[in-house]
Amino acid sequence: MNKTDALIIGAGPTGLFTAHQLKLIGLDCVIVDNLDKIGGQCIELYPDKPIYDIPALPECTGEELTNNLINQLKPFDIKFHLSERVDEVKKENENWIVKTNGGKVFLTPNVIIAGGVGSFEPRKFSVKDCEKFENKSILYSIKDKKIFDGKKVSIFGGGDSALDWALELSKTSKVNLIHRRDDFRGAQATVDKVRQLAKQGKINLFTKFQMIAIKGENNLESIDIKNDDKEVKNIKTDFALGFFGLIMQLGPIANWGLNIDKKTIEVDTEKFETNQKGIYAVGDICTYPGKLKLILSGFHEGALAARACFKLARPNEKYRFEFTTSSKTIKDRLGVKSD
Amino acid sequence: MPKITYITHDNNNHEIEVQNGLTVMEGAIQNDVPGIDADCGGGMACATCHVYVKDEWFNRLPKKEDGEEDMLDMAFEPKKNSRLSCQIVVSDELDGLTVSIPSKQS
Repeated sequence: MNKTDALIIGAGPTGLFTAHQLKLIGLDCVIVDNLDKIGGQCIELYPDKPIYDIPALPECTGEELTNNLINQLKPFDIKFHLSERVDEVKKENENWIVKTNGGKVFLTPNVIIAGGVGSFEPRKFSVKDCEKFENKSILYSIKDKKIFDGKKVSIFGGGDSALDWALELSKTSKVNLIHRRDDFRGAQATVDKVRQLAKQGKINLFTKFQMIAIKGENNLESIDIKNDDKEVKNIKTDFALGFFGLIMQLGPIANWGLNIDKKTIEVDTEKFETNQKGIYAVGDICTYPGKLKLILSGFHEGALAARACFKLARPNEKYRFEFTTSSKTIKDRLGVKSD
Repeated sequence: MPKITYITHDNNNHEIEVQNGLTVMEGAIQNDVPGIDADCGGGMACATCHVYVKDEWFNRLPKKEDGEEDMLDMAFEPKKNSRLSCQIVVSDELDGLTVSIPSKQS
């Protein structure tokens, strides 16, 4: 079991800056995130979009903001647990036991939820019975491409993931690429390549089609697709792969006994603590009178939650407010020379 | 104020007066019309404010930007008359607009 002063759920901008605040005041922390990379929505949804309301940064993209926050954490040793979703939070005496879907277990007096709008999950097919074949012949990500060798594979989607996999798997499998419209949103070079292979008959392209049914008893046997003109085609296939991007779901957080209102968690504005002692919520996922869903609000909320964590992590010490400009202790923590 | 009608999946009509300049998404959220999530808050980044626009209205709306069509690829059961409600700005011309909300957003 890993012991830590505070566990942060979510590696978006608010989670990252909260970690910075914890380390500045001398607490250690770990960050857990369901995505395989650091940055949260900023990286997943709008890495290239400029943001104009970060104080003292007239303009920066989601990716730049993330990289700057990571740089700001460089003086500190912070353990990130990526591709791990926190599934369970349980009270044990003065501590919380936190378990992830990957089997990691943490013991901590403080849990800070900086989860944005929840965890990112792949958007799935809405057709009946798809769950039956999920992770067997209906997949939303590819771990081992060898399983497709010599098989019939139907790929759905119009973005880079769908196109890249269609190209890659067309070398070893019989590939159908199905998309709801004629235009693709992937890189132009990739789109051109796909169209070329379609002309040569190496990829079967079905545009303006969507899946309406799946067929098969124990294994997936075929799918029905339908176009805008209500024409239905049945395609024999061994696998169906969906690349429709990611959606955000509150997920297991809903089961931790917190006061939740419209997918947000109610907190006080002194500690940003929830109705459970030692569990805080900061950033887009928290709500209180006057709440603004701005990145800068998340920074403020994280700073205050970090101070509240101090009391539970160091019950016998008194927290003393210090400025980074003048405190020798803080400068030592940052590894910079004092004047 | 222009009236917008939101038809929820259970076939309930919500007729709402929405101020000019707000989006159809904001009109729904501010008036607690169920079924529109708008997770990203109107940034055209999530496709959870997806609506179907009645045919007679669809062609009267300002055209989609490229990015909207890309996001609709990721919406739940997109159709020909799908739009993201965060991209439809309410004006006097849209008085009477009717949109249907899908059974779910994700």
